Amino acid sequence: MRAAADRFRLITAGTGLVAPLALILIVLVLAQQAVPAIAAFGPGFLTGRVWNPVTLQFAALPYIYGTLVTSLIALLIALPIGVGVALFLAEPGHPRIRGPIGIGVELLAAIPSVVYGLWALFVMGPFVFRTFEAPISERLGNFPLFGGPARSTSFFTAGLILAVMVLPTLASVSRDVIRAVPGGLRESSIALGATWWETTWQVILPAARAGIFGATVLALGRALGETIAVTMTIGNRFQISPSLFQPGYSLAAVIANEFTEATAPLHTAALIELGLVLIGVTLTVNLVALALLRATAQRVRPA
Amino acid sequence: MNGRRQATNGLARGALYLTALVALIPLALVLLYTITKGLPAVQHAGFFTNVERPPGIPGGGVAHAIAGTLIMVGLASALAIPIGVLGGVHLAEYGHGRLAGWIRLAADVLVGAPSIAIGLFAYALFVAPFHHFSAYSASLALAVLMLPVVIRTTETAVALIPGGLREAGLALGLARWRVSLQLVLPAAAPGVITGALLAVARASGETAPLLFTTLGNRFFNLDPAGQMSSLTLIVFHDALTPYADSNETAWGAALVLVVLVLLVNLGSRFVLRRQVALAGKL
Repeated sequence: MRAAADRFRLITAGTGLVAPLALILIVLVLAQQAVPAIAAFGPGFLTGRVWNPVTLQFAALPYIYGTLVTSLIALLIALPIGVGVALFLAEPGHPRIRGPIGIGVELLAAIPSVVYGLWALFVMGPFVFRTFEAPISERLGNFPLFGGPARSTSFFTAGLILAVMVLPTLASVSRDVIRAVPGGLRESSIALGATWWETTWQVILPAARAGIFGATVLALGRALGETIAVTMTIGNRFQISPSLFQPGYSLAAVIANEFTEATAPLHTAALIELGLVLIGVTLTVNLVALALLRATAQRVRPA
Repeated sequence: MNGRRQATNGLARGALYLTALVALIPLALVLLYTITKGLPAVQHAGFFTNVERPPGIPGGGVAHAIAGTLIMVGLASALAIPIGVLGGVHLAEYGHGRLAGWIRLAADVLVGAPSIAIGLFAYALFVAPFHHFSAYSASLALAVLMLPVVIRTTETAVALIPGGLREAGLALGLARWRVSLQLVLPAAAPGVITGALLAVARASGETAPLLFTTLGNRFFNLDPAGQMSSLTLIVFHDALTPYADSNETAWGAALVLVVLVLLVNLGSRFVLRRQVALAGKL
């Protein structure tokens, strides 16, 4: 009987270990497949600006730039809204309004990214172009940030749809963090005569700051790795433009677009190296986020 | 309390309500457009029974894509759900050691791994060595995406079951594995099923890991050793063509996909509610 118990423990541990093994295997396999490109281009792969499948010159800076810019736009937009939603959901009271909004945020996370891409391509992108990008770039085109000609597929469009997509992550993780703030803090503040807003701004949010930062980093990881919606909205042009309203490219998007068409082995290896860079960065970002969130959970937990 | 502080408080409250509403605008618009643009497409004769036809020729459908999605997600589930459930049971029943810590960390990190990189992994492992694309390789990629979701939701659901049930089973002389699999796991079933359903919904909506594993197929194929289409691939490819009727098909496929994913999600919510009621009784 004792032996059977140990066997059960071992078997289930074995199935559990599939997750870490898969993770390690993914990184190793991608690294091994990227070797030709790593050997050919070295560290210059990350800083160069040439991507030419004909002459077999590959360097990734514009893709890295596009990935970072779109993710930052997404976070700038999603952070205030996400924290607002989190405060709303963590707030005691108003369960009748809170319920539907909570469900709505969960459904927002459930919509497939290709459907967001479709909507952003045909509806949101053209709308943002007409009402926002074109007028701004006509009037403020001298600022490099808004330089024209504006396009409906651009860094900004991709960043905006990414904001929608990372919002549920930000909101639900921040909600948990805010809920974990000890109730005594809120009660003491209100007992001292502070209004709801003063309590929230001066007590709750500072106490939850590290956790909200963790949620933001987690959302950054999601944004960096998102593929399909960005591929459909970023415009897929290999360039580094300071203008948010111009098309660009991202790491994930170029893999999605070129991988099946790559015939030269070096081209394939270069695309896989892009994948390796992408997974390396997102895994690191995720680890940082998890560490932040765990530290907050431990600090906030009553002794 | 002076008026200014009250006014600031009121203003901030109003802003908060507004923010919560703003967050739901994209959801409402995506659903609205998917329904209004997708409904005409799904009403075309043959949308659910025919396969794709070239642009300009009416009567095309997505039957092959629906079959592809069901088969690939089904195969991925058959792989990921048993492994994930057993792994989750391990974390809930024996999850205090360092090993369990590593499994948890890996699952949490794997949830956030970019799906396109997992597609590259499946390509390198199962497509390149055999020199042809296959639905099997896509199922493998989807299974890797589903696994961490199943592990963590199973752990949460099993950990919710009170220790008294385990002790009662052990006191009656049941073996530990019987207690875990025949007593605790059935009690946690609604929560476990919820996790599995969420993983299925996630896999059904994935596009990136299918691009260079199953590649797509214009024809009906039920053999996973060959290429298959999927609803997501139809949306992706048909959205990016310049043909109006293809674009319409994309909206139709998106509608089918959204209905599928939302049904699974709302279904899981219903199942979870029963779990909470059940856990209260134990």
